[in-house]
Amino acid sequence: MTAFLVVLVIILFGVAIWQMSKIFQLSQPKQTDSSEIANDKDNNINGWLMMGFTIFTYLLLAICFWKWWDVLLPEAASEHGSEIDSLMYVSMVLIFVVGFFTLWLLGSFSLKYRGREGQRATFFADNDKLEFIWTIIPVIVLAGLIIYGLFTWTDIMNVNDEDDPMIVELYAYQFDWRARYSGEDNTLGEANVRLIEGVNQLGVDASDPNAQDDIVVNELHLPVGRKIIFKMRSQDVLHSAYMPHFRAQMNCVPGMITQFSFTPTITTAEMRMNDEMVAKVRKINNIRKENSKALVAKGDEPLEPYEFDYMLLCNKICGASHYNMQMKIVVDTPEEYAAWIKEQPTLAEALKK
Amino acid sequence: MSAHAIDHVEDHHDDHGHHHKETFVTKYIFSTDHKMISKQYLITGLFMGIIGIAMSILFRLQLAWPDVEFTIYEVLLGKWGEGGVMDPNVYLALVTIHGTIMVFFVLTAGLSGTFSNLLIPLQIGARDMASGFLNMISYWLFFLSSIIMVMSLFVEAGPASAGWTIYPPLSALPQAIPGSGAGMTLWLVSMAIFIASSLLGSLNYIVTVLNLRTKGMSMTRLPLTIWAFFVTAIIGVVSFPVLFSAALMLIMDRSFGTSFFLSDIYIAGEVLHNQGGSPVLFEHLFWFLGHPEVYIVILPAMGMVSEIMATNARKPIFGYRAMVASILAIAFLSTIVWGHHMFISGMNPFLGSVFTFTTLLIAIPSAVKSFNWITTIWRGNLQMNTGMLFSIGFVSTFITGGLTGIILGDSALDINVHDTYFVVAHFHLVMGISALYGLFAGVYHWFPKMFQGRMLNKNLGYVHFWVTVIGAYGVFFPMHFIGMAGLPRRYYTNTAFPYFDDLTDVNVVITIFAIITAAAQLVFLYNFIHSMFHGKKGPKNPWKSTTLEWTAEVKHIHGNWDGPIPHVYRWSYDYSKLNKDETDYVIPGQDYIPQHIPLQENEEEMNH
Repeated sequence: MTAFLVVLVIILFGVAIWQMSKIFQLSQPKQTDSSEIANDKDNNINGWLMMGFTIFTYLLLAICFWKWWDVLLPEAASEHGSEIDSLMYVSMVLIFVVGFFTLWLLGSFSLKYRGREGQRATFFADNDKLEFIWTIIPVIVLAGLIIYGLFTWTDIMNVNDEDDPMIVELYAYQFDWRARYSGEDNTLGEANVRLIEGVNQLGVDASDPNAQDDIVVNELHLPVGRKIIFKMRSQDVLHSAYMPHFRAQMNCVPGMITQFSFTPTITTAEMRMNDEMVAKVRKINNIRKENSKALVAKGDEPLEPYEFDYMLLCNKICGASHYNMQMKIVVDTPEEYAAWIKEQPTLAEALKK
Repeated sequence: MSAHAIDHVEDHHDDHGHHHKETFVTKYIFSTDHKMISKQYLITGLFMGIIGIAMSILFRLQLAWPDVEFTIYEVLLGKWGEGGVMDPNVYLALVTIHGTIMVFFVLTAGLSGTFSNLLIPLQIGARDMASGFLNMISYWLFFLSSIIMVMSLFVEAGPASAGWTIYPPLSALPQAIPGSGAGMTLWLVSMAIFIASSLLGSLNYIVTVLNLRTKGMSMTRLPLTIWAFFVTAIIGVVSFPVLFSAALMLIMDRSFGTSFFLSDIYIAGEVLHNQGGSPVLFEHLFWFLGHPEVYIVILPAMGMVSEIMATNARKPIFGYRAMVASILAIAFLSTIVWGHHMFISGMNPFLGSVFTFTTLLIAIPSAVKSFNWITTIWRGNLQMNTGMLFSIGFVSTFITGGLTGIILGDSALDINVHDTYFVVAHFHLVMGISALYGLFAGVYHWFPKMFQGRMLNKNLGYVHFWVTVIGAYGVFFPMHFIGMAGLPRRYYTNTAFPYFDDLTDVNVVITIFAIITAAAQLVFLYNFIHSMFHGKKGPKNPWKSTTLEWTAEVKHIHGNWDGPIPHVYRWSYDYSKLNKDETDYVIPGQDYIPQHIPLQENEEEMNH
């Protein structure tokens, strides 16, 4: 039914445009100038429309911001995340200033200099000074931005052993994630896909002493304030470990180990109390309630109410269920974390079973 | 320059007195005439464009209303749309083929193939391409690759569906996704043929521009269109072979057991023997073409916009030399920025720093170009023909789309927006929509040259333009927001994440705008087909342009000019040039001086 309606709307839209153009044509048969070349009337109308187009662009952006400001990611939940956010902020301000200014020139010139019979255009072919100015200004601004960006980047990507980091492996496969904690020795045991067998899903070398205390789980718990180094592996195709709330992402590549490091700063419980997040979750639950009504009417189960959790998404096309390859991330207080990790069986225990 | 002015010697060997009889086959099918080949490119490109856009509407429907059953899926997708529910694999196939078709078949072949062929000989004053035969082969290889690409839609397990970037191992292993079986093989074969076609075309363009310019047509007198096509062809020759080698290695990995891109893989319950390859290598090879490719797409559009804008503003293009220099700078930089697609691919972070540096440098020539276009319309006498409107639209989308490149090119910021809808919005505006506007501008402007003086209906053109520009922003502005909300691209549905539930209405808005924009293209299509046969004939030089193509015969003859080839005495931008006393234009009452008019006594000589 809906499909039919959509097709109908498209057809009607086409008919409407066709009719409009007919009216256009019919309304101007008496003009002597019936060529397909723009005349002063066309110049006038389209000059004004061009100015209107610039204003439309501003308005569209304003409406997007006004309506959808709240869908954007909340404050960063990691230490380096706030650096990225401030760099983003600076870049955005720059973009808006330049965009606003240039689009204004484009629209207003189109209106002001729209063609008129007898109007003479200025023969203006070159001006070294002007061109120098608008070459050198982008050079300076971009130099600043590049330096700022590169400092941030090197800072984030410099994965090192300072501050006693915890080593965690993120393991990707079609279509799920596993996390392997390195245990008390903070060293991951060797692993290779050739060793995958039965419960040893990650192909960990069971004879490696470092592997004995490793812990494999499918829900990622992180202690707040502790630096984590993630070592990423993939079992089959490319995946990408994307943790938007922590401003973190790294591809998982079969045949190599990639890494990314960050320090979580906001626990899940704290994030749930965040004002923005409370409003967002409320909005989502209202939508879900609405959708549930339709489901219940059809005789299906209603949707469960949503509670915020950090998440790990796959962000590199990896196959049919790419859209549903996720893992829950929980940022705990150090005490909660210690209690949780104690509950988890080590690899040695798991293999013994 | 004035030395040429008295130089009126006819070169007789250019005279084509003989006209051999042409049959239907030699005239319309296996034609070696550049004007016919350009039309063949355009029509094939438009046909592929219809398929590409139709696919985008299908997956936009799925994204906006994932729970609704659309019979149209079943009608168009058959077994992959049974009961009106789209199969997740076919969703990925749709985005893959949409990307491939739009980037390569529409915006590379359809844009550069059409206008390089039409304009290079006509604007430089040549009778045809350097090799008409190679030119014909180039088109027919393109046609063959289009056929194979379309054929791949009908294979049992579905067409290629690993994304248009076909990263292995996903694209190498049929166990990973059904589309990586026969569909992927056909994709690779089609692209290999496409590359051969593109290389033959590019070599021809380069040779023609270098060798067949008419007397007086120095490089600095070339219209910017020709500069753009020339440099585009060079980038193509430099980068396409690298994609070919990548495709070849992928074919070997898939069929002959090599391990260029595969290592340590456990899939479908077994360990593969492949050892030592690297998917990151493929990414390097792919993007070594892939990034220049976006400039292969956008440079011809830039050239045409410069030309159309100057003509319709009745002003010379501002800063001709800076425009040429920025084309060259963009071309050079385009070959050393590919790594910005791979900041988080696992390559050395130091390389990320280098690529951030080179990438942001590209903003400088781009800014120069934008400011020069804006200055070109300053104090002009703007003739709002549809070609001009699309050119102004081009500058608008090039700015709005290009600016977000500052964010994506910055490695630190890329971490969080990489592969989200923010990227999708960025590249659609800056290369997709902008290049399409360039294509439309070119079609509206040069339609009379293609179809023997017939012109496109201007009012239908205005409707087409205004609905398209409003619709395109309606699609891609909101898309930035869902990207910044953290929504990854290439998700079949977002319902697996309740966190994204509040993005549903944004997706609905985007889809509605997409349908409206696509519908507006039907207006264009109608206009195009109707005007081809019934369009009003305009004057020989409808836009009062200075370039040589408007001096050629309106009726298509082999060899373009019935008499001798015109000689050139000036650059192509003498619009509204005043005489020495500034009382009137150089030619009284006419605000342009075509390139073949010798230097007049009452005008000042320029440095061209």
